[in-house]
Amino acid sequence: MNTTSQPDKADLFTPLQGTDDDRRRLHRRLVDAAEAEGVLDVAYRTVDTAVGPLLLAATDRGLVRVAYARQDHEAVLQTLSTKVSPRVLHGGSRLDHAAREIEEYFAGRRQTFDLPLDLRLATGFRLGVLQHLPTIGYGRTESYSQVATAAGSPRAVRAVGTACATNPLPVVVPCHRVVRSDGSLGEYAGGAEAKRTLLTLEGAAA
Amino acid sequence: MRTLDAGTSRTGRRERLQDVKKPFEQIVDEHGPTVLRVCRAVLGPADAEDAWAETFLSALKAYPDLDPAANVEAWLVTIAHRRAIDVKRAETRRAVPVARVPDARPSRDLTDDDDVQDLWRALEALPAKQRQTVAYHHIAGFSHREVAEIVGGSEAAARRSSADGIANLRRTLTNAHEEREPRP
Repeated sequence: MNTTSQPDKADLFTPLQGTDDDRRRLHRRLVDAAEAEGVLDVAYRTVDTAVGPLLLAATDRGLVRVAYARQDHEAVLQTLSTKVSPRVLHGGSRLDHAAREIEEYFAGRRQTFDLPLDLRLATGFRLGVLQHLPTIGYGRTESYSQVATAAGSPRAVRAVGTACATNPLPVVVPCHRVVRSDGSLGEYAGGAEAKRTLLTLEGAAA
Repeated sequence: MRTLDAGTSRTGRRERLQDVKKPFEQIVDEHGPTVLRVCRAVLGPADAEDAWAETFLSALKAYPDLDPAANVEAWLVTIAHRRAIDVKRAETRRAVPVARVPDARPSRDLTDDDDVQDLWRALEALPAKQRQTVAYHHIAGFSHREVAEIVGGSEAAARRSSADGIANLRRTLTNAHEEREPRP
C-alpha cells in the first residue's frame, strides 16, 4: 500500500490548511465586521519612520497610544488590552488618517497634528501637562520648569519629567519639545537619539 | 523600556495575573488557522469562511467576559460548532437538492487538486457526527472527553465516532485514488 492512498492522520488533513492569502482575507473580513458592528475597541498598526517603527493605536474616540520600538510594542498592546479593552485587532481604516499625518510630519510637510486624541491613559497633573504641550509650537522648546509653571505647579519640575516620560502619545503630543534649562536635551521615551532627530527635523536649536 | 510605559504603572502591577487578557489579535493569530481547518472539515470550503468569520466575530464580542482561565481553543471550537449547526439548519430549510460542489470563493489550491477533491467528497460523505468528532479530535487535538462535551453524548461514543470516521475516510480515499490510478 503506497503512502498516497493511505496517508497518516497528520497528512490526511493537510489540504485543509489555509494559505497566507486565506488568512489575510479572513482577517480583513473580521476587522471590517468588527468595525461595522462597533466592537473593535482598539485598532492598531505600525508605521515606519525616521525614528524607527512607531506603533499607533486608536479607540473610537481617537488616537490613544503611540509607542517606540524600545518601549516594546507587544508589552504596549498587552497594556492596552488590560487598561482599555482586550478587543484589540490589527488593521482597519481607523488609523489611516493618523498614519498619513505622521508620515507628513516626518516628511517635513506637517507642523501640527489635526487628530482626535483619546487621553484616557493619562490623569491628573500628567494630563494637565499633556494638554499644555501642544501649545509649544513646532521648532520651539520649553524647559521642564517653564512647563511646570504653565501647568500651574511651578515647583513640580520632576513631575513634568515623569509626565513626559509616560506620555502615551509621543511625537503627536510633543513632549520632545521639553528640554533642560541648561539647553541639554534631557531624557525621552523614545531615547535621546530620537529626541535629537525630532528636534533637528523641526529645525529647533538642539 | 517597560518602566516608561504607562501600563506598568503602580496600578497596573496590582492587577491579578489571571485577569490579564491577551489582545484579541493574538487569539486570532494563535487559533485562527486551526479553527479554519476545523470549519473546512466540518462544513466544506464554501461555508467554512462564513463560519470562521462569524465564529471570530462572536468570540470578539464575548471575549471581555470570557473566564480568563478558560481553554480558548475549546471555547472557539464550541462557538464554531454552533455556527456549523446553524449553517446546516439553514441549508436544510433552503432544502434545494443541488449537488454540493465547492464554489469558487476559496483559493484555487483547495479545489484544483484531485487529492483535495477526494478529501472534500470523503468528508462530505461522512455522517455529521463522525465529521465533527474527526475534526475536533484529529484536527483541533481535543481529547475524546472534550469532544463529547462539545458534540454531546458520552466519551466512549465520541471515541467510537471519531475512529469510525477516520476508517470511513481512509476507505473512501483509497477507493477514489485507486479508481483514478488503478494499481498494476
